[in-house]
Amino acid sequence: MSTSFWPSSASASLGGPVSSVETDRVQMKSALVRIARSDAFTVHEIQSPTGVTIREYYGPNGVVFGVSWDGEFAPDLRQLLGGYFTQYQNAVQTARRVRKARSRLDINDNGLIVRATGHNRSFSGIAYAPNLVPSGVSPSVVR
Amino acid sequence: MPRLLFLGSLLLIAQATSSPQCDNSSANGTVNTAPIVVNGGPTNNSFNEPFTSVTVCVPGTSNCQTIGGILVDTGSSGLRVLSSALTLPLPQQTGAGGAPVVECLPFVDGFTWGPVSIADVQMAGERAASVPIQVIGLDTFGTVPSGCSSQGPAEETQIDLVANGVLGIGSFIQDCGRGCTLTGSSNPALYYACPTPTSCQVTAQPLANQVQNPVALFSSDNNGVAIQLPAVAAGGQPSVAGTLIFGIGTQSNNALGSARVLTLNSRGNITTTFNGQSYPNSFVDSGSNGIFFLDSAASGLPECKSSTGFYCPPTTRTFSATQVGANGVSVAVTFAAGNVDAANSTFSAFGEATGRNPGSFDWGLPFLYGRTFFSAIEGRSTPGGVGPYWAY
Repeated sequence: MSTSFWPSSASASLGGPVSSVETDRVQMKSALVRIARSDAFTVHEIQSPTGVTIREYYGPNGVVFGVSWDGEFAPDLRQLLGGYFTQYQNAVQTARRVRKARSRLDINDNGLIVRATGHNRSFSGIAYAPNLVPSGVSPSVVR
Repeated sequence: MPRLLFLGSLLLIAQATSSPQCDNSSANGTVNTAPIVVNGGPTNNSFNEPFTSVTVCVPGTSNCQTIGGILVDTGSSGLRVLSSALTLPLPQQTGAGGAPVVECLPFVDGFTWGPVSIADVQMAGERAASVPIQVIGLDTFGTVPSGCSSQGPAEETQIDLVANGVLGIGSFIQDCGRGCTLTGSSNPALYYACPTPTSCQVTAQPLANQVQNPVALFSSDNNGVAIQLPAVAAGGQPSVAGTLIFGIGTQSNNALGSARVLTLNSRGNITTTFNGQSYPNSFVDSGSNGIFFLDSAASGLPECKSSTGFYCPPTTRTFSATQVGANGVSVAVTFAAGNVDAANSTFSAFGEATGRNPGSFDWGLPFLYGRTFFSAIEGRSTPGGVGPYWAY
């Protein structure tokens, strides 16, 4: 299981090392807009070339514990969710079988939280791994 | 039992639409009403989803096919049809070098992948010529590019889609807009040119070639739509029938009257204020099957045990919120939250369906029950001003 938190691929993000933030920035040809630090965590905010605002949250151990996105277009979730992407896909397919909801996604699947909302031309969402959130930090900081 | 109810609702539609069809010869004389029904849809298990029929034709011919079970969706733009529901040989759109154009359209919970075809689209007495539409689930382009599959899982079957297709009649004309006309990394990668089925590359797609809202291409009644649905009884109903009306202020049956106009921001959203908090990415969406807002802690509503993501209060509760347009017009709205798990499982319409959505308010179909809801298309003139806006 732990390998999924530290994928060897350089494209890791959620669950990956903070160096993947820079990998994301380069792969997405994005601009680093802002770095915000608190005692317990740091936020990198980047702007994708399609205008999506992406935030990546990491703690003192350098592990990305949360990501968020907001923009006119959908982000590259394989990139953002890294080693969690396959788990995400399976969870979405399970959720569809319960009650289809086209405009909203609410995944709480064995250590992965993904919430997304929007419609054609407007997408926003958050994802985090509760067991990676630094102690003393509320998951609600991921927004 | 569900089959009988379905037949019953068809009879209701026939009654409901016969009189407006006789009456509305006033302005341009075009029959502009199509029946819609919330009845469980083609899979007989959908919930708070409105369906209609759409006729597609080989362009310029009377070789046509009517497809039922098409979701009426104000949250997207353009017609999408499952290849399994389509029997008509529609021409493929081609791009640079004659390569077929194939689209990857992201939804919040996945994407639709399939070729752009050209069809004349007919609803009621309206006809749009040579409309780019998307055909979903065709094996011909079975290799989905990784840039598309990175959006999540595909929606390519009737079970995935819970419909035979989606009729996107949202406030945008195209499903992508200017972004898809660009080259390089600024292009959001919705359109691909596929010289062979396994060599698809992102392509710049001119606005006129993008999959688009067929209403915007009608020769009349092309500035928007109105959706009329009856109020749903407390506790739900097996089905309800309503009307999709084309045009705003173009005929005697689609006047705005006293409806208040809330203009939309550049992403097609309004703001909702609730308990002093402001939620700027809020929207009205006929394709959402509940009113989705906040979380259990903020709403005080417990989550359902079985209907994941919905709220299940022991007794129905009433809330009020305010919708605020980009033009500053604000309207106070009340809505009810009932127990989704306790609703009769054979009921397709339940006006008290609410659920979680921490970042914004998604005003889904329950908001439309008991209203006439207008959605004006971007850049189009109406008696209520230029779109995009919502009015009710």
